[in-house]
Amino acid sequence: MILNIKPETKKGWRLLSTPFIFSILLLAAPLTMMLLLSFWTQDYLILDRTFTLNNYIEAFTQPVYQLLFSRSLAISLTVTFFTVLLAYPMAYFISFHGGERKALWLFLITIPFWTSYLLRMFLWKVILGYNGVLNSFLLWLEMITEPLTFILYNANAVVIALTHGWAPFAILPIFVSLEKIDRSLLEASRDLGDGPFHQFFRVVLPLSAPGVVGAALIIFIPTVGDYITPKLVGGTDGLMIANMIQVQFSKANNAPLAAALSVSSLMIVAFISIVFVLVNRKHLRRY
Amino acid sequence: MTTLVEVQDISKSFGAVNAVDGVSLEIDQGQFFSLLGPSGCGKTTLLRLIAGFERPSSGHLLIDNKPMDGVEPNLRPTNMVFQNYAIFPHLNVEQNVAYGLRKKSISKIEKEEMINQVLELVGLSELNLRSANALSGGQKQRVALARALILKPKVLLLDEPLSALDKKLREQMQLELRHLQRAVGITFILVTHDQEEALTMSDKVAVMFDGKVEQVASPRELYERPTSQRVASFIGAMNFINGTVMEAKNEIGINSDILGPLTISRSQVFGDLTENKIIIGIRPERISIVSDGSSVTGSISGRITDASYFGETTYYKVACGKGSETLTVSAQNSFGQMDYQIGEEVKLNVDIKSLVGFSD
Amino acid sequence: MSRSTKYLKIFAYTYLIFLYAPALLLPLFSFNASQIIAFPLSGFTTNWFENLLYQETLHEALKNSLIVAVSSSILGTILGVLASRAATRYDFTGKQISLTFILAPLVLPEIIVGVALLIVLIQLGLPLNLWSVVLGHTLLILPFSILIMNSAFSNLDISLEEASMDLGENQFGTFYRVILPLVFPGIMASLLIGFTLSLDEFIIAFFLTGTETTLPVYIWAQFRFPKKLPTTMALGTVLLIVSLILLSLSEYFRRRAANSQNSVL
Repeated sequence: MILNIKPETKKGWRLLSTPFIFSILLLAAPLTMMLLLSFWTQDYLILDRTFTLNNYIEAFTQPVYQLLFSRSLAISLTVTFFTVLLAYPMAYFISFHGGERKALWLFLITIPFWTSYLLRMFLWKVILGYNGVLNSFLLWLEMITEPLTFILYNANAVVIALTHGWAPFAILPIFVSLEKIDRSLLEASRDLGDGPFHQFFRVVLPLSAPGVVGAALIIFIPTVGDYITPKLVGGTDGLMIANMIQVQFSKANNAPLAAALSVSSLMIVAFISIVFVLVNRKHLRRY
Repeated sequence: MTTLVEVQDISKSFGAVNAVDGVSLEIDQGQFFSLLGPSGCGKTTLLRLIAGFERPSSGHLLIDNKPMDGVEPNLRPTNMVFQNYAIFPHLNVEQNVAYGLRKKSISKIEKEEMINQVLELVGLSELNLRSANALSGGQKQRVALARALILKPKVLLLDEPLSALDKKLREQMQLELRHLQRAVGITFILVTHDQEEALTMSDKVAVMFDGKVEQVASPRELYERPTSQRVASFIGAMNFINGTVMEAKNEIGINSDILGPLTISRSQVFGDLTENKIIIGIRPERISIVSDGSSVTGSISGRITDASYFGETTYYKVACGKGSETLTVSAQNSFGQMDYQIGEEVKLNVDIKSLVGFSD
Repeated sequence: MSRSTKYLKIFAYTYLIFLYAPALLLPLFSFNASQIIAFPLSGFTTNWFENLLYQETLHEALKNSLIVAVSSSILGTILGVLASRAATRYDFTGKQISLTFILAPLVLPEIIVGVALLIVLIQLGLPLNLWSVVLGHTLLILPFSILIMNSAFSNLDISLEEASMDLGENQFGTFYRVILPLVFPGIMASLLIGFTLSLDEFIIAFFLTGTETTLPVYIWAQFRFPKKLPTTMALGTVLLIVSLILLSLSEYFRRRAANSQNSVL
């Protein structure tokens, strides 16, 4: 009996084994390989397979990488903050005041995001440029006399473009968590003496916390590694770690360093995410 | 009668839980058999073991003298009506009914005839092309029945088939199911938690508690001669009175505070009388109630402490003896029946023949 | 309507304008006569769309993209069906952890996935071509397919399968006659979403493609030539319309999947 595998386990694994092996081969193996490579060195085309921590030492001590790491994190956290901040009232509006047109609102929100990500980010360059849409519009309105320059080819531009690009990934999870709130709880809160303000902060916000935390992670993790946006609208002041990884990999021919930078950013992201979840865990458990 | 289904000491455990615990049963050909018990007693698991959806942890099952060990559900001579009916939503009524016929080598014309017949049998002739999604609960139930019956199974298994219907339709379907079973002559095994349903429909009922069968009997026997207090109180209401055994031979002499000394036959007592304690059971309708001052003299005096009106009957609580024990008495509100007030002194007459005694 | 609701509504519409800004500019500039992408507009033209017809590298990229999108959406959906069937039907040891792992590409930065895959391919000395992109895209599509198929399979009442077995069908017949028809809309939705994702994916394609470019890689290259921008805008407009059609279709199938099973109980 002890060696007997449950028949359900057998049936389950018979189905799951193919996708699982696929993911092992195409995800686990490559990530392991990347980890190994990060402990090696490469001189032009010759790979030296002796174990060394030099790549990591370089990644964490060289000012240029320190700058890129901290800038990537700063941009990503700022984007996460603003996206969630803007998405919440939108999700709230749809969930509580969308009436019968909730589905329509959700559809309207997702439409623009089926434009190619590449083109959308490029269009921000068109919008924010020196002779761009925004500047020409504001000049025409005579609200400014000279084109604004602080909005393109820097970190601000990256933040604006990403805040736009990831909006639905915040709106949808928050909307779902708001939809799950039993409406009688709101009536109970009013019945027990809460005004709209207290009702929101004592009932709605805590109950929608799982959606907010989910949205934050969904945005924070991938945006740290965004390559397209900083490359298109970031200029030199807005470049992020992904751009450096790509450069080290191709032009600089230093794949081990690129691997070490990748592993490091993954670790940093994982660490921040875990801390974030732990800090918020009391909101996530109960429901 | 020949035995069709033989359950031999079957157990089924899910992890540490023994859902079915050493059950043995014999179900006869052509019988309407019910598995009755509270939720979680293992009756549905037993049904699913017979259908083949679960495999027994130990024990054997024979259907028509053939062992069913390792036989897949699709190869068993059983068909099932599921609790939620499990009507295929992508097929219409006719396609649902014909579902199991695909493997059978029958001509198309014959198939159509069979479908028409069975639809007529369950009263759905008009709806043969209706989509499954457009059916009401009662209609789905009929499709489920037709779909199973068309395959002429040796045993039809019904898993709480009426629980999703409202009261009125449920009562109508109880009658129809009973008629249908007599008409087709197939053995039905019904799982239900509703004691009234089991009593009105079945030839035989097995009462289950905690994975074990407590009693197998005809509905009348089950109601009038329950073999344990658990069965007695699960099926209808019963008064339980503490008594002392004075004499235990062919006749049993008992004394109790409320009823005083009396004698009942050995066949009315269940369990071994190792101690001199006994519990006497009496159904509320087996006690008659008369006014204290009336000419008929009752054997017990008491005082009404509570009355609950149920339309055709009224239930009275009567404090008897020294007043610490109460009996529940039911009175039919039929023509000429008196209405009693709370606080009124009454006399009670107990039908000694319908008393049952339990050893613990 | 209370005052706060009114402000909320104003905010919602303003935010909507922000969300639509780039997408609205796309068709606007693809019909604009001027080669410079800036206001004021200078007249209507369909030249840029006509241009699309004569770009041979574009046609090549489109063909490549279609090969990749079709292959990876089919592969991803097959794997997704297997995984989500296991996830929704059986309860077994190691299920949660292996599923979490398979779903990981959903949150991993694409650059990490791209770099890791590239490292392996180079270390193993494997050639970079469209098929390496197909494998990479399958990895990305798989989690989406699992999420879509999970909802299709979890709507599937287990007693329907039992009923089919009970009525004499074997496992294969049950799959073919009951399960497949009921989850078919989910499969269509998964194929369409997978196709759309692959068609738009840049990073992995950028890293893993050899000499053959896909559509996004082609577009990326066009950004370097300001003169070609209006034509690229026209291409973007066409892609947007195609995406919208595909997504409307997938939404239609997803709803049909939900509807056909809703009234089972």
